[in-house]
Amino acid sequence: MTSTKKDPVIVVLQLTGGNDYMNTVIPYNDPLYYENRPNVGYKMEDIIKVDDTLGFMPSMGPIKEMYDQGKVAVIHGIGYPDSPRSHFRSMDIWHTCEPDKVGTEGWAGRVARELDPNKENVLTAINFGHGLPRALAVPGVPVAAISDLGTYGLLTGISDQDQRAKALDLFSRMYSPTVGGSFVTDYLRSTGTEAMIGADIVKVAPERYSSNVEYPSSAIAQHLRDIAQVYMADLGTRVFYTQHASFDTHAGEYAAHPALWKDISEGVSAFFEDLKEHNTGENVIMYLFSEFGRRVRDNGSGTDHGAAGVAFAIGDAIKGGMYGEYPSREAKDLEQGDLVPNYDFRGAYTTIVEDWFGLDSNPIVNGNFEKMSYLK
Amino acid sequence: MSNKEDLALMAHLMRRAGFGANREELEALVAKGYDAVVDELVDPPADRHGGKAELLLRYHPGVLLPGGNPVMGQANWLYNMVSTDKPLEEKIALFWHHVFATGNSKLDNCDQMLTQIEMFRELGMGNYQDLILELSRNPAMIYWLDNNENHRDAVNENWGRELLELFTMGVSNYTEVDVREASRAFTGWTITPKLPRQPYGRYPWRFEYREEDHDFEEKTFLGQTGNFNGEDIIDIVVKEPATARFICRHLYNFFVADEPQVPAWTIEPARDEEALDAMCNVFEESNYEIREVLRFMFKSEWFKEARFSKIKSPAEVVASTMKMVGAYEFPDPGLAKICREPGYMGQDILDPPSVEGWHTGSEWINSGSLLARINFVADNVNKTSLPGMQTIISHMKTEGINTPQDLLNSCLDHMGFLELSSETREQLSAHAGAGGNMDWSDESAASARIAEMMALIGATTEFQFA
Repeated sequence: MTSTKKDPVIVVLQLTGGNDYMNTVIPYNDPLYYENRPNVGYKMEDIIKVDDTLGFMPSMGPIKEMYDQGKVAVIHGIGYPDSPRSHFRSMDIWHTCEPDKVGTEGWAGRVARELDPNKENVLTAINFGHGLPRALAVPGVPVAAISDLGTYGLLTGISDQDQRAKALDLFSRMYSPTVGGSFVTDYLRSTGTEAMIGADIVKVAPERYSSNVEYPSSAIAQHLRDIAQVYMADLGTRVFYTQHASFDTHAGEYAAHPALWKDISEGVSAFFEDLKEHNTGENVIMYLFSEFGRRVRDNGSGTDHGAAGVAFAIGDAIKGGMYGEYPSREAKDLEQGDLVPNYDFRGAYTTIVEDWFGLDSNPIVNGNFEKMSYLK
Repeated sequence: MSNKEDLALMAHLMRRAGFGANREELEALVAKGYDAVVDELVDPPADRHGGKAELLLRYHPGVLLPGGNPVMGQANWLYNMVSTDKPLEEKIALFWHHVFATGNSKLDNCDQMLTQIEMFRELGMGNYQDLILELSRNPAMIYWLDNNENHRDAVNENWGRELLELFTMGVSNYTEVDVREASRAFTGWTITPKLPRQPYGRYPWRFEYREEDHDFEEKTFLGQTGNFNGEDIIDIVVKEPATARFICRHLYNFFVADEPQVPAWTIEPARDEEALDAMCNVFEESNYEIREVLRFMFKSEWFKEARFSKIKSPAEVVASTMKMVGAYEFPDPGLAKICREPGYMGQDILDPPSVEGWHTGSEWINSGSLLARINFVADNVNKTSLPGMQTIISHMKTEGINTPQDLLNSCLDHMGFLELSSETREQLSAHAGAGGNMDWSDESAASARIAEMMALIGATTEFQFA
């Protein structure tokens, strides 16, 4: 039980592959939806109605429950002009906030840098999963990457404790910073040092954790459970990042997309349930996004790469509801068959950066963008 | 005995053109001569074997179950990397897997992935046009990029787009119209229909060209107009100068030295523009023979000088470590466990994160993957009873390794003639020195000491480079 105001925390959940906006939040009263989705559209009666015009796809029941409690903001028509319709490029743009050139720094990594400018905590930002998304990559900013919390550690195979201590000591000296090293060598050294320190700190998290909440067995639910453990161990982590894939439903969408959203909905619901059980979580928001939405008209068994998408913000601190406008589905309003974004994704980041973290957003998102008032 | 510089150069070649080589192999290769070795790598003599498939099947029949088991599929390939006698054939298959990244996460039919890898082994060093044509008929690729959903009356442009963006020219060298037209040309290129898994189980796919589903109308692609079919699109696109540059830059990035990530290639110049130009010339003048580009590349001075200028990929870390310690030369039950290791380091082989493949170079490294790499090497060199470790230990004993400096230097040589920065060398020397001279009277203590030194070398920043 805590009543003191805690530092704000974000969990970013990336829906990798291009989530189909129109089959996630469905304009169920619009005949154009059914007309354009003869093969992968949902039937009116299966859609979970949210208001008079919009509904969630059938496996989003747990999200709808949170929506009804006022904890879910749906951000419509999000994207940027001239979608390249390439996963690689589009994800890069979302990660770096650089639509016109190839950026090298990730927005979430920049947030971590501002939150911890003196690098006092190597666990300020953690990715849960293999590898590091570019969103978290900023030279000089330590980011831990934990694929499995239970087995995290350095030279764990050396069973003799004294010998291991000596090895770790040598390691820390071999990885201490040097003058005049190459960029890659410096990067290796700082990563190694951070890894060793981070592994040492984070091992307390599973020990401190106990919960009655049962998480589903999906990969994303397991990552969210690891996040809950590290968050509740109070290790000072402010930016958690994880992803679920693959939303690239060119084919077989009718089977694949509901399964993906079942994983997401159940995992996210268990996560917030867990925080609630521990009377914590008022300082946690979750942000879900994908690199683009998909084409309005289905291709027979799936949908191709599109433009405008949908993002979600979830948590106690969120002012639930629908934000922005659903882009027009009229043929005359589409660009290359795609919904046209009407809200810049960097605006949604700006809301988080300024109103959640209290930071100057311009240098993080590369400009000034219109905020959306989805935070309480 | 060969001189150290020749051995070090050969170790470099075998790290890049294969998955490393032990001392005995290096000695034999040096005796053959560098250029002759390159010629044999790019053109393996007929009596060379690939991975010892029959042995693998005897002990792990699961690796070829219909439909395959993804983990055993990875085991299958990893075993081939370690046991092949045609290392470059296996390495080029890994190269094309990076570029033509296809993933079992979507296929859910792993032996189709293995069939694709087999195709890369067969054609990967051959003519690029033949390869790309076979790729467009490859069932795993067709399903992965949905060309089986690309119909005359409902064009699906996934394959058409990636063919141009990722497999030939690279982004910004074509228009959206070109994507559309290329996609139309590949309508009807499909596979025998994918039946539901239940109740039939998995079954092999076959390429099928369905004339009735092909769009025979006129198309305009990259400025040329005609009633193009898929073959015509490939014929046009392989001749584009952008394709030569894109493919040669991939080869350079994979075999020579780390380049920036692919999306930056339209903006950032190549690390060595002169070398890249020379490779492009060979590519075009040889009529797109990959083998000739490889031969030219491996014999170039800039290749020989490019030692330790690439971060090893996880597959390289795992396969070369296994080769070094002599693990799983014989199929071992542990293979199913060890084959997941590249995934823990960020490279699930047969299952890249997306069609763009993996980000390479320093992006292989984050705190999690670095831990996994270091721990893997340490855990394996600790198994001093493995044949490779036994050979290393007895070699050191025969050589009379005595002082701590001898120990350090000999371990470095056995780990690929690794070069250390002066700072790292100083730290390791001090650590070795604290243990005093080698005591060969207690062989198990001596072995443990060698293993510890190798584990610590495996933990250096330098060891992360190939």
